[in-house]
Amino acid sequence: MSGAPATPTHVDLNELSAMFEAVPYAKFLGVQLELKGDELTAILPFKDSLIGNPMLPALHGGVVGALMELTAVAQIFLAQGGKKIPKVIDISIDYLRSGRPVDTYARAHVTKLGRRIANVRVEAWQFDRADPIAALHGHFLLKSDEAEAEPKG
Amino acid sequence: MNDETPLWQKMATAGAMMIQGTPQARALGMRVISITEARAVVEVDWREDLVGDPETGVIASGVVTTLLDNTCGVAAFAALSEPMSTATLDLRIDYMRPAKKRATIRAEAHCYRMTKTVAFVRAFAFDGDDETDPVAAAQAAFMMGASGRMGKNRRPPK
Repeated sequence: MSGAPATPTHVDLNELSAMFEAVPYAKFLGVQLELKGDELTAILPFKDSLIGNPMLPALHGGVVGALMELTAVAQIFLAQGGKKIPKVIDISIDYLRSGRPVDTYARAHVTKLGRRIANVRVEAWQFDRADPIAALHGHFLLKSDEAEAEPKG
Repeated sequence: MNDETPLWQKMATAGAMMIQGTPQARALGMRVISITEARAVVEVDWREDLVGDPETGVIASGVVTTLLDNTCGVAAFAALSEPMSTATLDLRIDYMRPAKKRATIRAEAHCYRMTKTVAFVRAFAFDGDDETDPVAAAQAAFMMGASGRMGKNRRPPK
């Protein structure tokens, strides 16, 4: 796989959690991380303030998007072996089901880890991983290369 | 207000209520600035607990995502002649640059096309008055008249 690291990375859950804990917005949402081997799962425990449609009720679409974006960031951090937090360039979200008022999970796959750009796909689910509530596809700028990201001349 | 009053005008009057009734919008401190026909402007202030990058203190892109999604939804609703349930189909966002630290983010959305079933919405997010220098751009599609029975989500899916 082009660009993907050939050897397992050496980031453990503590490092990853420390990176996440330093992000106030991740705490605002209440996102937690679980790491088994190189498989990372982000968990968004339900709380009332995450609701966007009180009639159904349903999670706010922006919250589900933000959860998947944070999952992508953590997965890139892991794939890079822990460097700076990557910066989002663009995201495209498909909403497949409305998010029920229960815990939500997300996993990301780094399709390509380039020198400057990471291409990532994420899925979020609740009851059944095979029946996702939303999917995200996005590009992220790898900040450690930011200094050389600007074309010269 | 009588029955002839367009929906968007009723919404404009109830703008603050629309945020109060949406827990996540309230949690982010969103403010409706204006609602006109098929258009909406909503703001969110910078806050310490909404920071996405502790090194720079810049507001999290997730906050901008939620603000844009919310504002697009309000604009789609403001394009209707009578209320109906809506569901987001997709949302695409380009983040052109980080927002300035401590800047209020303003989202401006326009529902430029409404068919019987789908609303097409475009939006920009700004951190100042310069209309040529947006922080982010969004494109969203909403399903109109989606099956949205009250309390439907209280049961798990079949």
